[in-house]
Amino acid sequence: MQSKRESMKAGREKLQRIIDMCKSVEDRSLDPFLIDVDQVINTLKEHFPEWEIPEDLVLDAETIHHLASVIKLQSEWVKHRSTSLYTDPFLLEEKLVRIGKEEMVETFLKAWHPIVELEQISLHSLAEALRYWESLLPLKERWKGFPPAEFETSLATREELIKERILRDKAFSEELENFWQELKSQVEEKGEEGKILYWDFVGAETYEETVQRAFMTSFLVTYGYATLEIHPLEEEIFVKPHEKPITKIGKKQLVSIPIAVSAEDWMMWKKGGLK
Amino acid sequence: MSKRKGYYASKIKRATHMLFYRRHKKPGVKGWELRKGLGSDYPKVLKILDDYLKALDLQVKTVFEEEKPAEKPTVEELDRARFYVTLRGELTSKEAKMIGWRIDDLAGLAITIAYIISKRGKTPRKEVEELLRDKLPGWKVGLNIDRYIRYGYLTQDENEQLYLDWRTRAEVDQKALIDLLLTK
Repeated sequence: MQSKRESMKAGREKLQRIIDMCKSVEDRSLDPFLIDVDQVINTLKEHFPEWEIPEDLVLDAETIHHLASVIKLQSEWVKHRSTSLYTDPFLLEEKLVRIGKEEMVETFLKAWHPIVELEQISLHSLAEALRYWESLLPLKERWKGFPPAEFETSLATREELIKERILRDKAFSEELENFWQELKSQVEEKGEEGKILYWDFVGAETYEETVQRAFMTSFLVTYGYATLEIHPLEEEIFVKPHEKPITKIGKKQLVSIPIAVSAEDWMMWKKGGLK
Repeated sequence: MSKRKGYYASKIKRATHMLFYRRHKKPGVKGWELRKGLGSDYPKVLKILDDYLKALDLQVKTVFEEEKPAEKPTVEELDRARFYVTLRGELTSKEAKMIGWRIDDLAGLAITIAYIISKRGKTPRKEVEELLRDKLPGWKVGLNIDRYIRYGYLTQDENEQLYLDWRTRAEVDQKALIDLLLTK
């Protein structure tokens, strides 16, 4: 007869296999009905009484979590098949492989209705720009108010550099680590799904402090302590801390994301009008 | 002009400015913005504007946040929707070239969109690259997909899965495209 230890080992392996199978369905868009849900549930039921240590219970919960995702995919699959958009993917793929470029373009043009958008300057803004130009003083007049200062050179002390904000009293890496911890605790307190709205994190009592926090946040993202999640349609930006700093980016393409932190934005955030 | 006509004429002007001139990084205006700018009867204003645009072969297009509601959309659904002005009819291939699309690039876009639809809205980038490589030079395939992503036709997640993005939802009649392809 199989000993208890062997049965537990076999059970763990089965659950791990189920998790891998569910993951491949989720990641590679495979047919979600490849997974026999009843059978998986029976396997889970069969081994559940054996689990004693937390790791095994976590494995059990993870299996259920992935199974739930597969069931969701199955429901979406059924929903899609019942819509008018459903078509046999193999048939369509076959058509796509055989169709010529010109014919494809002709077909696409019948279903394509491009957006009309204008970026031209308006008469109103042109008139405003002219008014501004007229009232703008020539450079030589604007700059004559600042006589060249006379400088005396000497060695600056560390304290002076800190006062001038060139150096900080804490090492930058230490400050960044602290800021990362703050992000994590704020996400736990105020965030949802492991992330927090950008402005809820960087926004502070004063505008200066807000700019400082936005500056530090940019370093958190650049150095892999956190990532930005952008929902363009909702116009929402979230900051999501990583458990550990990610130093390797792999093959992913790096992108720069400019986020304006103007005084107006800050005022709007204070009034609760900015996410 | 009656008072009522004048009231709508000024609102239509305002709606035209809001819809034609790009206000954000992306074109289009959210329903709640139109409500703020035009008042709560903005759906009616848009309907009148749409009638005006017919003669110009343009239309006001509504793109709902989720799937298009089966019945009359609610105020909340309209507020969350995005509104655009799009071409009502069709472009000829000559016109498409004139607005900056090479035939290869447009065919690549069409194939990609149709393929993603056939895969229920999500497909690995590698599969699309393989499909395009059959008819486009290899060096162009990656560049083209990146361009479609940049324009907002596609989006890509961290697992290199491609999805249809906002511009496809706004510009492409997906059902018509599939029906036309299947009848070829």
